[in-house]
Amino acid sequence: MRLDTLPIETIQLKRKGLRRQLLTRSNLYEVRIAVLGGSTTNELVDLLEILLLDSGFKPVFYQSEYNRYYEDAVLEPHLVADFRPDLIYIHTTSVNIQGWPSLSTTEDDLSALVSSEIARFRRIWQSLEEHTSAQIIQNNFDTPATAILGNLDAVSPGGRTRFVNELNLQLARASAEDPRLILQDIQSIAARLGLDHWADLSRWCSYKLATTVQGSFAIARSLTSIVRAVYGKSRKCLVLDLDNTLWGGIIGDDGPDKIRIGRETPLAEAYTAFQQYCLSLRNRGILLAVCSKNDDEIARQGFAHPDSVLQLEHFAAFKANWEPKHENILAIARELNLGVDSFVFVDDNPAERAIVEAQIPGIAVPEVGDDVSKYAAIIEAARYFETVSLGKDDLQRARQYEENAQRSSAEARFANYGEYLDSLEMTAEIEPFRPVYMERIVQLTNKTNQFNLTTRRYTLAEMESALATGQIGVYGRLTDRFGDNGLVSVVLGCVEGPALHLDLWLMSCRVLKRDMELAMLDRVAELAAKAGVNTIYGYYLPTAKNAMVADHYGKLGFTPCAKDAETEATTWSLDITSYRPRNTHIKLTELSNG
Amino acid sequence: MDNLLPEVQDIFRDVLDQPNLVLTRESSTYTVEDWDSFAHLNIILAIENRFKIKFALGELQDLKNVGDLLDLTQSKLAK
Repeated sequence: MRLDTLPIETIQLKRKGLRRQLLTRSNLYEVRIAVLGGSTTNELVDLLEILLLDSGFKPVFYQSEYNRYYEDAVLEPHLVADFRPDLIYIHTTSVNIQGWPSLSTTEDDLSALVSSEIARFRRIWQSLEEHTSAQIIQNNFDTPATAILGNLDAVSPGGRTRFVNELNLQLARASAEDPRLILQDIQSIAARLGLDHWADLSRWCSYKLATTVQGSFAIARSLTSIVRAVYGKSRKCLVLDLDNTLWGGIIGDDGPDKIRIGRETPLAEAYTAFQQYCLSLRNRGILLAVCSKNDDEIARQGFAHPDSVLQLEHFAAFKANWEPKHENILAIARELNLGVDSFVFVDDNPAERAIVEAQIPGIAVPEVGDDVSKYAAIIEAARYFETVSLGKDDLQRARQYEENAQRSSAEARFANYGEYLDSLEMTAEIEPFRPVYMERIVQLTNKTNQFNLTTRRYTLAEMESALATGQIGVYGRLTDRFGDNGLVSVVLGCVEGPALHLDLWLMSCRVLKRDMELAMLDRVAELAAKAGVNTIYGYYLPTAKNAMVADHYGKLGFTPCAKDAETEATTWSLDITSYRPRNTHIKLTELSNG
Repeated sequence: MDNLLPEVQDIFRDVLDQPNLVLTRESSTYTVEDWDSFAHLNIILAIENRFKIKFALGELQDLKNVGDLLDLTQSKLAK
């Protein structure tokens, strides 16, 4: 059974039978939910019940009598407390607003009216927080069905639309301050449905139902995803097909240059938009994985396309081969150490969707169709990735991504590259190795592959003993106006008489093209001169990954002196007897706690 | 006139989850188990969906039994 694909009419018609079937499942997790409503909540609760059953919960409900939400919460809280709820849902809509403004209301009156309306809700939350240990879910207000002032209704202090917007802002602030108060945004839920499909006055008059069936269903779906999030059952990983899912065309047939991505055609633009959507999920902590029937090498070339928004590094797992997709997805789950019930699989091919869904219980396989411009909306509608709060890690990660993005956008505005570097307001700390940094130095040394001249690896003990034997080791930390990049570069060399041989020179690719290598060379030359050195020798040992630094020493003004015919390793030398500092864009800082 | 009965009976069976329920024109909330006001709301919605009709506010107040419901539905279909 696929509850999430059944039309609402079918669910409404067959709800009782569906409920009976769902209750036969084992391992349902009991959740006690008190619903305090300003309207009749039976329909909403009925729909919520089967959606929660379908998500593996066994909900038990308490419902206040019609429009007794305030009395139950504030005057007789023991009624709710005795029920021992895990969650309390306060469901009020704009029909429950008591102190509407009038046309003569001034701005000052308006603030007072907003405060007094919110105060009523504060008393509700306070009482429930005192008397129960439940998580409280409060929905905000839907936009009123009528706006007698038209557009001005959202502007005038006497407008009801304006009033609801003010109330909702205060509700959002209250929820942001109180971890026990989760806000459900029914204003947006109603907007997605359209206000005319959201509420029906005849239902209000006949049954005191505040919404249409569609409205009740939309609320129930949203509540279900909140409950999933509260219990840590939100989805965590988006598994993506490639051909005709992340780009248009078949990369194996059409070639990496011919796939549709970028801004050139409407279709390419739509694939770009979908990639951007996936990236935005990734930036807020959702893992991305690839599962595609392709040759691995060819599949990867798709992300080297200059217009590809997604890069290989954005994927936590990458499976491109000819094995069945469900097997690859199970392998990804093992690799990421996640349950498949936290996965969402997106593929344009209905046959692949069908087999994955049949073979992997618990995975979500939305019916995305084959029109890429609809994918994001279909994924969004299912609310797979709901979260009740953003953790410290989420925020830190987001900040880092944003800083990187700011750097690239800042770069775009400068015609002259030096001007851009100056605008970064970079400062560096470039000093001989210090004990506090040794672990980071070793870590960086052992994981850097691209900007690494010799790719020599060291243990902590080896690195420390190398220093003890009189070598010159220098680290560099770089900070710019967007943040601290941390320790990003290491140079290590040994002094033999008047010569310094550089065994190591490496740098994190985070700070490429920042002139950091010039600043490092300045410092190394200075220390070498003090040690009586007149010539620095640099070595480049080619690997599969470090081609980017083949001409590193050449660019720094070293003279080539030898090349090994077999390994193509090169040796370079620089006379430093009349060395002049090269760096002009990075300011050096003194050690504060040296 | 009673050719709607089988389809309406199916709706009752689904909504009330009583697969063997047998309705007659005389069936009413007194004779059909679980046909309460809330089930009624769902039955009305399902009939509206099935026959693509809309009952007006107030039309439903005077229904006494299934026969009345069938007649009202029939009159909507005839229009």
